[in-house]
Amino acid sequence: MAAALSPGKALAKYLAIRAALIVPTVLILVSVVFFFMRVTGDPITAAMGGRLPLERIEELKDAAGYNDPLLVQYGRFLLDTLQGNFGHTTDNRPISEILLTYGPATFELVFWALIVAFLVGIPLGRIAARRYNKGADVAIRSFAVLFYAAPVFFVALLLKLVFAVQLGWLPIAGRASIRVQSALEKIEPNSHIYIVNAIRSGNAEYIKDVLEHAVLPALALGLLTAGVFIRLVRINLLQTLRADFVTAARARGVKENAVVSKHAFRNALIPVVTVMGMQIAMMLGGAILTETSFEWQGLGYWLSQYLLKRDFVAVQGIVTAIAVIVAVASFLIDLINALIDPRVRY
Amino acid sequence: MSAEILAAQPLEPLPTPKRNRLPGAALLASTHGLQRMMLLIGVAIVALFIVIALFAPLIAPYGFAEITAYQSPPSAEHWLGTTVGGFDVYSRIIWGARTAIEVILLAVLLSIFVGVTLGVVSGFFAGPLDRVLVLLMDALYALPSLLLAIVVSIMVSQGQSGAFSGILSAAVSITVVFIPQYFRVIRNATLSAKAEPYVDAARVAGATSGRIMFGHILPNVSQTIPVLMTLNASEAILTLAGLGFLGFGIEPNSAAEWGYDLNKARADLASGYWWEAVFPGIAIVLIVAGVTLIGESLNDVLNPLLRTRGGVTTADELEVAEVAEVAGVVLPAADQVVEVTHDE
Repeated sequence: MAAALSPGKALAKYLAIRAALIVPTVLILVSVVFFFMRVTGDPITAAMGGRLPLERIEELKDAAGYNDPLLVQYGRFLLDTLQGNFGHTTDNRPISEILLTYGPATFELVFWALIVAFLVGIPLGRIAARRYNKGADVAIRSFAVLFYAAPVFFVALLLKLVFAVQLGWLPIAGRASIRVQSALEKIEPNSHIYIVNAIRSGNAEYIKDVLEHAVLPALALGLLTAGVFIRLVRINLLQTLRADFVTAARARGVKENAVVSKHAFRNALIPVVTVMGMQIAMMLGGAILTETSFEWQGLGYWLSQYLLKRDFVAVQGIVTAIAVIVAVASFLIDLINALIDPRVRY
Repeated sequence: MSAEILAAQPLEPLPTPKRNRLPGAALLASTHGLQRMMLLIGVAIVALFIVIALFAPLIAPYGFAEITAYQSPPSAEHWLGTTVGGFDVYSRIIWGARTAIEVILLAVLLSIFVGVTLGVVSGFFAGPLDRVLVLLMDALYALPSLLLAIVVSIMVSQGQSGAFSGILSAAVSITVVFIPQYFRVIRNATLSAKAEPYVDAARVAGATSGRIMFGHILPNVSQTIPVLMTLNASEAILTLAGLGFLGFGIEPNSAAEWGYDLNKARADLASGYWWEAVFPGIAIVLIVAGVTLIGESLNDVLNPLLRTRGGVTTADELEVAEVAEVAGVVLPAADQVVEVTHDE
């Protein structure tokens, strides 16, 4: 147990073990996906089946190594992945290029959505807790339940219906208008994050265009997450407001507003940071649906495209990337958590 | 058997012995005001959908794969209009309730069966098996659940899906997502339960490991399952709809599925055919909200940290805290309290 070690060393040991756990986590996920996808067949038959004679398909499969024993293929896949070689899609695009081009798009979407989630979720959760079991609490909780209950793609369809089709205020899909998009893709060095490129171009019209395209997708994905934040902040603030140190502060005559903001609120936010780790996986799942709804060409959009085409090499590459992102992100959040929360036991 | 009587005592908070078998009445009695209203609304919505699912053939004016008029707006003949494929939207919603309930039931039962069994065995024997299972489950839990469900559904259905195989493959994909959750909760509860005296008593009385695990420990760690079940059922519907929306769900002529209908409606939205998207979407929101309201009320009532009156044993509190933690609602400390307690 950690009791024998000094606090600093114990923390270091905890973080080292936690970091080492990233490797098996990613390995398990990648292996699960590899074997699951291989059970369903091979990408060449999926892409060319019926269009080429059977012997030609067999030749292609031989050449690509899909007729080797499964374990040999698995070993080769692991080695390639370790070297950063993710292979090619069936339409012959390097998968590393897909990751670098569309990964930033997903990052951009998740970034906007998190802003919406924080701006909506945290203040509403705080109000709900302070008005516990009053009208405002019930209204906010119903709102949270509704946004949890509404599938993100349904919210997306409704937003599109109202703001794009009926009112015509905002664009219906995509990351930017075609003209702006081609201009933004020409900016060097290309970050593939459109808002960064647009700001760097210094063209106000580009910035406006990119922001307009981001509003509806960010709302769809962000409100889903805001529902979770409301519930978290509310329940944690309620619990913290009953803690002894809060009662002590009240007894000392600290004003109620100061009790909430200075004493209770910050402590109540710690669990929100903890749960962020889980939220990242959930948001990436939501991003697949949001990107498909808005034809936002990020990793999620392309993942569902390649899944429909049964392009397993592409799917493996993208899933590996997602697994690494989730594992590293949840490590970083545990790290932050261990540093800010003295109650974390290690 | 004397060990069983012993077993019931430390974890039973109330004198009424049947409380765990029939949580509904006790639950309702422990709610009040707005909370009770939320619970009742939830139960009413879910009951409504169950009735619709049971009597779908009597309620629906058309079959789920019956081609009627193409893209006609809501009218007397087609209450909620028809789709681009010529299906009656109202009938598809009715039949869709049946699909949704079938998939939820299958998925929840399968995942409880597998997750609880693995959890009890893993927690009871501990050792290397436990470590491997924990690592595997944690890894699966880390992957976006929808992604996992898609991969499994492709594997199970192999691209083709009939009426039953479509429902089964959707259920299995959702099951794989939920197994880790039941596993985590039950394994942790088993770890602390097996240190209880009644387990030693059973062992001394000569009970086999199997009997101790499933006759003695399981009944004592299973109180958390209903809460987890309601939380999962709502996620199951969302996952099913998500699969359908992305095109990995059930084929339209094998069963009606709301997510599939939303997917088909997406392309028509810009042309103003709003009824194809809005009504199936409302159906999803309603049923998920109903189940969530039940789960939320359960959680609020059972969460000891929010209750003003005391009177519940520690073991109960801990388990509820764990459930809440899995659902992402409670302090990080809850998990640690459990670990500390069974260390002692």
